[in-house]
Amino acid sequence: MTVHQLSIFLENRSGTLVKVLKLLKDQGIQLIASTIADTAEYGICRIICSEPVRAFDILRDAGVAVSLCEVFALELDDEPGRAADAIGIFAAEGLSIAYLYSFLLNGKGVLIFRTDNADKARDVIKRNTLSFIPEKDLSKLL
Amino acid sequence: MSYGEYYNPEIETLSRSGIGALQAERLRATVRHCMNSPFYAKRFKECGLTPDDIKSPADITKIPFTTKQDLRDTYPFGIASVPLDKCVRLHSSSGTTGNPTVVLHSARDLDNWSTAVARCLWMVGCRPEDVFQNTSGYGMFTGGLGFQYGAEKLGMLTVPAGAGNTLRQIKFFTDLRTTVVHAIPSYAARIFEVMQQQGIDPRRDTALRILAIGAEPHSADTRKRIEDMLGVKAYNSFGMSEMCGPGVAFECKEQNGMHIWEDYYIVEIVDPVTLEPVPDGEVGELVLTTINREAMPLLRYRTRDLTRILPGECPCGRKHKRLDRMKGRSDDMIILRGVNIFPIQIETVLMGYEELASDYLITLETLDDNDFMTVDVELREGINVDDYNRLLKLEKDIVRRLHDEILITPKVRLVPKGSLPVSEGKAVRVKDLRKQY
Ligand SMILES: [Zn+2]
Repeated sequence: MTVHQLSIFLENRSGTLVKVLKLLKDQGIQLIASTIADTAEYGICRIICSEPVRAFDILRDAGVAVSLCEVFALELDDEPGRAADAIGIFAAEGLSIAYLYSFLLNGKGVLIFRTDNADKARDVIKRNTLSFIPEKDLSKLL
Repeated sequence: MSYGEYYNPEIETLSRSGIGALQAERLRATVRHCMNSPFYAKRFKECGLTPDDIKSPADITKIPFTTKQDLRDTYPFGIASVPLDKCVRLHSSSGTTGNPTVVLHSARDLDNWSTAVARCLWMVGCRPEDVFQNTSGYGMFTGGLGFQYGAEKLGMLTVPAGAGNTLRQIKFFTDLRTTVVHAIPSYAARIFEVMQQQGIDPRRDTALRILAIGAEPHSADTRKRIEDMLGVKAYNSFGMSEMCGPGVAFECKEQNGMHIWEDYYIVEIVDPVTLEPVPDGEVGELVLTTINREAMPLLRYRTRDLTRILPGECPCGRKHKRLDRMKGRSDDMIILRGVNIFPIQIETVLMGYEELASDYLITLETLDDNDFMTVDVELREGINVDDYNRLLKLEKDIVRRLHDEILITPKVRLVPKGSLPVSEGKAVRVKDLRKQY
């Protein structure tokens, strides 16, 4: 139900993101999705990639401020309005979402989100029979 | 081999009245000797002071203060109390304005200085079997030669590694089985960082057990953190080139205040504005008089260091007074919008957060004709950076606690570990970019 995500703390200075991406590229890590949330002072870059645990070690050893965390990954049919439906369900169930983002992978929509109440999220996903993506399948979609 | 607890047992355990009698005698002799100094001869004449006016240590208040400016004005040799042919060593500290200051030593001064440093190191458990590695810069900086001579006098194998070249320092630690190190606190933290990068565990791979730290203000938390990192006991050292260098005051094993050697110095704490003495326990400017010095005695020298005398007796048996850790220098004081701020106040707040690493940078800037303070703080490795709200909350909390401490609301910026300037010498803590009017 959950997949590994890298969260990287970046200074808002040119070159810091490039450095991170180059480190991953040099070690043959493939990016699946990434998103950046930023403020005036710093940004948090969130990355879904192949071999996330190895990618985490690479970045940490290079002195990058990085966390490895588990986020929920839902699979959405490639039809209009699927993401809205899913988010509507969370709202109706009173599940608070810290952040979410989505991307298309080989014709399949993927919705990533994090909540402070993981148990409740699992329950909501099960009861509403939402389809989720196991981590091993993510790389298969590449 | 078994040794005693004290390096100079009689002197170190001398009673308060014994210390008083010794000080009275040495102060009178020092004043008499200072008649040979062109600077002091003139001073004494101006205020009508003679050696016979000194009957007890309390009579010290009859003597005028000596300042750093006096040292600059008499540069290079005008304050010495012996002819130059009696002098064998010169140390100098660079001044940012005007002349540098010069300190002269006779052969006897060097011997006394070494004894003081050896006494300090012995007090924290150094013995002739130890291997002492000094990471101070040598040359004019007294932390180099001062510790070198003292450690040699004690009988340790002494490695003059000098400043910087961290990889070589670490190689010496492991190859020579170094047990005692002298380093400034920011460099001790740097050493640990590089050890980690090299896969070296100080507890497993080195024999380090004692660290002498000084020359840079630091908080109790910083010391604790360095001790935990390196697996050592760290002892504060206080010295200044005008008073020889290291060896003026040093912590004993109690780690609660630094014993100042009162057979070498008479210590006073005064209000920096009124120059009146303050009672033990209250913070003021440290004023020192050398009473065991030949080439260049200094009378009532205003050190500009702020500290206090810890009241009460030390359980270690030494009766020499204890100085609290330095509360900053009156020169380092930041005046922002009329408020006096010491960097150590900021450091103390920051060290209270386990989310933060030890480096920080205070930047003072002028925006729209207003002065602002920004504090950049490094996040510690391994903290969760995914939770934006938590970082925001942390930032706000730091701002609030800094405001409580310094009464100014700074801007706080979290930065990744390793992004602040790291110097192999003293850490850059304050950057003043304010418009000067
Ligand atoms: Zn003691």
